[in-house]
Amino acid sequence: MVSIDGALLDFKQLERLAAGDSVLHRLDPRAKVLATLAFIVSVVSYGRYELSALIPFFIFPAVLIGAADLPAGYLLKKIALVCPFALLVGIGNPVFDRAVLMQLGPLEISGGWISLASIVVRAALTVSAALILVALTGFPAICRALERLGMPAPFAVQLLFLYRYIFVLTEEGTRASSARELRSCGKKGRGMASYASLLGHLLLRTWQRAERIHMAMLARGFSGVFHSRTKWHFGPAELFYLVGWSALFLALRLCNGSELVGALVTGVFR
Amino acid sequence: MSHHIVEVKGLRHVYPDGTTALNEVSFRITHGESVAIIGANGAGKSTLLLHLNGYLWPSAGEIRIGDFALSKGTLPEVRRTVGMVFQDPDDQLFMPTVFDDVAFGPMNLGLSGAELESCVAAALERVGAGHLAKKAPYHLSGGEKRRVAIATVLSMSPDILVLDEPTNGLDPYARRQLIGLLRDFRHTKIFTSHDLDMVLELCERTIVLEGGKVRADGATLDIFRDEALLAECRLEKPLSMQGCPVCGRGTGSAYPR
Repeated sequence: MVSIDGALLDFKQLERLAAGDSVLHRLDPRAKVLATLAFIVSVVSYGRYELSALIPFFIFPAVLIGAADLPAGYLLKKIALVCPFALLVGIGNPVFDRAVLMQLGPLEISGGWISLASIVVRAALTVSAALILVALTGFPAICRALERLGMPAPFAVQLLFLYRYIFVLTEEGTRASSARELRSCGKKGRGMASYASLLGHLLLRTWQRAERIHMAMLARGFSGVFHSRTKWHFGPAELFYLVGWSALFLALRLCNGSELVGALVTGVFR
Repeated sequence: MSHHIVEVKGLRHVYPDGTTALNEVSFRITHGESVAIIGANGAGKSTLLLHLNGYLWPSAGEIRIGDFALSKGTLPEVRRTVGMVFQDPDDQLFMPTVFDDVAFGPMNLGLSGAELESCVAAALERVGAGHLAKKAPYHLSGGEKRRVAIATVLSMSPDILVLDEPTNGLDPYARRQLIGLLRDFRHTKIFTSHDLDMVLELCERTIVLEGGKVRADGATLDIFRDEALLAECRLEKPLSMQGCPVCGRGTGSAYPR
């Protein structure tokens, strides 16, 4: 069974990958964030029945995984975790949308099935791009890059703190929840009521912790500004990375790569 | 600065709900002294500590740190002078990596570049945590977290170190390591702790709080020998001053220094 705890532990693993040292790791985070953004926008911009045109986009995650030597199996597992949610989103489509769009010999495929597949493929693409971005850059650097790109500083600080304390909060939540479970002797305990008060306590404790953290920050001279020691360098390598990928996404968006390859192959065998 | 003095005069603190947490607390701690503030739960130890760097304001009384009376204007200088190490290191380590965390204070003081790097490296080296610089705080063990938390304060070169329950939750080895580390610091040191054996090893002077008032203030050994006083304040002799549990010998013996 996948527990929240286990999933979090894996998140730490992602952060460890970000400590790697490949050409891609060393790129300025802004280039990586923008390229990933361009990728996600391109993938999401397709119509609901588009499937074949999405397939060539797998080149982006594939190349990055290869070039940065990321563990493909581990990332695939993470992506697989998200797929059920995508399935849930699109599961109604085959029921409601029965217009036949494709004919494979005797098999008639309705629009609903195609749009369902399209949703799952898109989820896999976008999630893999996001995971790879974190594995190549690290979450804190992404926050800094977003701030540098114009996101208001309070949001960036919020995100950083969320990331730092999500582990502490989950640990507290898990402890409280197992304490509840142990004392409910395998029955339902007091059901939802006990969860409501458990959540209330977690909120209060979070509040108190926030106060203590603020104290610790003030004690060390915090005056409202987060200083960063990141050295920003957007050089030719970054430009090449960003422009290269964006151009590819644009080209793929404008003409269907799968159809082109298909036409080429069938042309050869004709 | 030559006067690393902490002076508290007639300090009184009343919480918004009407509870009087501190009442007529006065003491003077001079340069290089190592002082423990002990007392039962709720005696006012934490409230007192929070006054020392201006997080709480006195309802009455005065606090002087070094050459400054504590006020809104002197707050930045006071906060640099007093290095406060909090009880839960998770509250103190809030940056993405250990290095960033230790650099947080110096950066707020305006350091950057090579100066910042060397200051952070020196602070981490001082607590034997140089190898942890790139790690995230949640990857550290309890003892490592505690030592890094101390480094985050050392990097601001404080004159006075204030530590809230420093040995709390540490295994015996990490505790021993931390005591050795703290012994070597030449700062003025103020501790609160329930670990009275640590107090015995590190502090020549002890202030006992009871119900928000200073009940006793004197040489640590004298205070720990006064069993009546300890019992009244819900305290107990340090284990090392109690008798041997097997043969019962040595009851009341002085701690061998």
